[in-house]
Amino acid sequence: MTKLERILLDDDRFFGVNERSHEQSRQQRIEFENNKAIIQVIDDAYALGIRAMMCTTHDRMGDICAHVKATPAKYRGFAFYPMMPQGHKYAASVAEVGILETIKRFSTGGVVSTLFRASIGAITQDIFDLMKLLVDAEMKRFDGIDTPVVFLQNVVTDLVLGMKMYDLFGEFHRYMYERYKAEAGFVTMNLPALVDALETVGVRNPVVCATINKTGFRMSGGLEAYERTLRDRKVRVIARGVLPSSDVTPEDGFGYVCGHKKIEGIVVNATSRADIAAVQALIQKLDGS
Amino acid sequence: MDSGTVPAPMVVRVGLIGAGKMGVAHFAIANSHPDVMFVAVCDTTGFVLSLLKKHAGVETYKDYREMMDFARLDAVIIATPTPTHFACVRYALDKNLHVFVERPLTLSPNESRALSEMAIQRKVVNQVGFSARFIGTFLEARRLVRAGAIGTVSQLRGTAFGHVVTREQGMTWRSKKAEGGGCLHDYGVQIIDLMNFVVGPPTKVTGAKLQSIFSKDVEDAVYAILHYPNGSTGVVETNWSDESMHETTTTLAVMGTKGKITVDRRELELHLNEGAAFEDYHAGWNVRGMTRLTKPVRYYLRGEEFSAQIDAFIDAIKSANTAHEPSFASAHETDHIVDLIIQSNQAKA
Repeated sequence: MTKLERILLDDDRFFGVNERSHEQSRQQRIEFENNKAIIQVIDDAYALGIRAMMCTTHDRMGDICAHVKATPAKYRGFAFYPMMPQGHKYAASVAEVGILETIKRFSTGGVVSTLFRASIGAITQDIFDLMKLLVDAEMKRFDGIDTPVVFLQNVVTDLVLGMKMYDLFGEFHRYMYERYKAEAGFVTMNLPALVDALETVGVRNPVVCATINKTGFRMSGGLEAYERTLRDRKVRVIARGVLPSSDVTPEDGFGYVCGHKKIEGIVVNATSRADIAAVQALIQKLDGS
Repeated sequence: MDSGTVPAPMVVRVGLIGAGKMGVAHFAIANSHPDVMFVAVCDTTGFVLSLLKKHAGVETYKDYREMMDFARLDAVIIATPTPTHFACVRYALDKNLHVFVERPLTLSPNESRALSEMAIQRKVVNQVGFSARFIGTFLEARRLVRAGAIGTVSQLRGTAFGHVVTREQGMTWRSKKAEGGGCLHDYGVQIIDLMNFVVGPPTKVTGAKLQSIFSKDVEDAVYAILHYPNGSTGVVETNWSDESMHETTTTLAVMGTKGKITVDRRELELHLNEGAAFEDYHAGWNVRGMTRLTKPVRYYLRGEEFSAQIDAFIDAIKSANTAHEPSFASAHETDHIVDLIIQSNQAKA
């Protein structure tokens, strides 16, 4: 069983993902328009002892991974927890050229290797084959990088959950282990329902990354259902979105998640050395370590 | 059953027509509703249907008439290209089905009015996918305006910017006028409905300009001046060729005699003039974020508003509430204003 890192960086802020305001989002885009600024944050975090980062499969993450791969001694023990697929690039492509062309465009090695494996028509008859094709394409940029947990990102997880196509979860879980020796993780905004669904396809004690905060924001099913799941079910949770607004102080926000034993990892959105150090010190204090 | 409200079912049997991006999202949301039995999906793409049949366990159809004839439905969700809405919705209304249809309702105000009248006559729940009406910040803006917090409205501005078409593209439905493409029927419809929702509809449109930037057959930007019954003025400005926008950004600014509201999906800013404090909003600047204004939903996918609008549709069916909004009648108001914009643009040209 994979041991999860207690504190994880997040790449949301590097790419301007910010639920609070458009202005903050724009500021972040300017701050991180250069990859050097992102690498600086990783270096600062590494120096403080942080050893993991949740990341999308954004094209720019490929460059960051290449840098980490080129200097392995500098990042010894540092792991990436990728979340896939990155929705924007597929959505933009499907809108422009349609779903079949998109599959061709993004499959590993482009059309040629796809044709070797099977015709597009045959592949689309089998959603499992299609999933594997896309997973392989997404994992390519993480070749030679430590990825102990690979997440299905929340739009896909929650879509599959709503469509009740639970067998896909099981297949993703199995494939990640068999092909990449990685543990499958699931990002969700619907933790209680997801844990139930995973159990039906035999995924026990799953790794789930969910928005968890004391206000109940983006915790579908409700705060009480989340607390019941965290208390009664076998699940290893990584909490994100711990500070949904400025109304919640860091002491209160991190205090809430540190009070739940099943929350093994916490995603922090801090991007400066001083902020990362402050959050780290706070979590260590709350953990009593 | 030609008279009386269609009786409220215990479990609502729902079918989907059009399993594209929005259709599939509606399917997931409705399918996870405890009072819904999602029984059938209709689409023209074979592999989507075989996938849904095999893994989601629904009946599948290639012809929507056949689905509505045989699947014993209470309600349909229609997310097909806009030009098909009229025939599809009319067929559903003929069967006394409750209908949720994606926006815009149709490309013609006459057709929208006919559907609205027919839905009223059939006494079925009818709803159009104006999802922004279910976003907490916009709901609060409407509440504040309607409660008189900013006094009498004098001016408003609705804008929508995003990067959909930022270079010359091959022909997709978005780039074809006849298929409901163009910025007016996409961004324009959403922001006009939102302005109607917050302050009510205008009666006249002048100075409209539909401008192509990269597209050949359709407009990429819209500008128009709206005139309201009380003498106030509004401006609509949209542009979907704005690469600086990471995501579609819809903003409404409403100026009144006692204050001003600026609102997008993330934040509501309210400035109240001196002596015009309202409830717990004080004079001067007030900022409320979405985290505070958003009501939780039972299941989340891509935004609370998408679940909230489908749940509202199901609730209206279960409570036999045919006065439910946003109705076909509201959508007709919006389609009428869209038509006035087109006329104003042509008059000038």
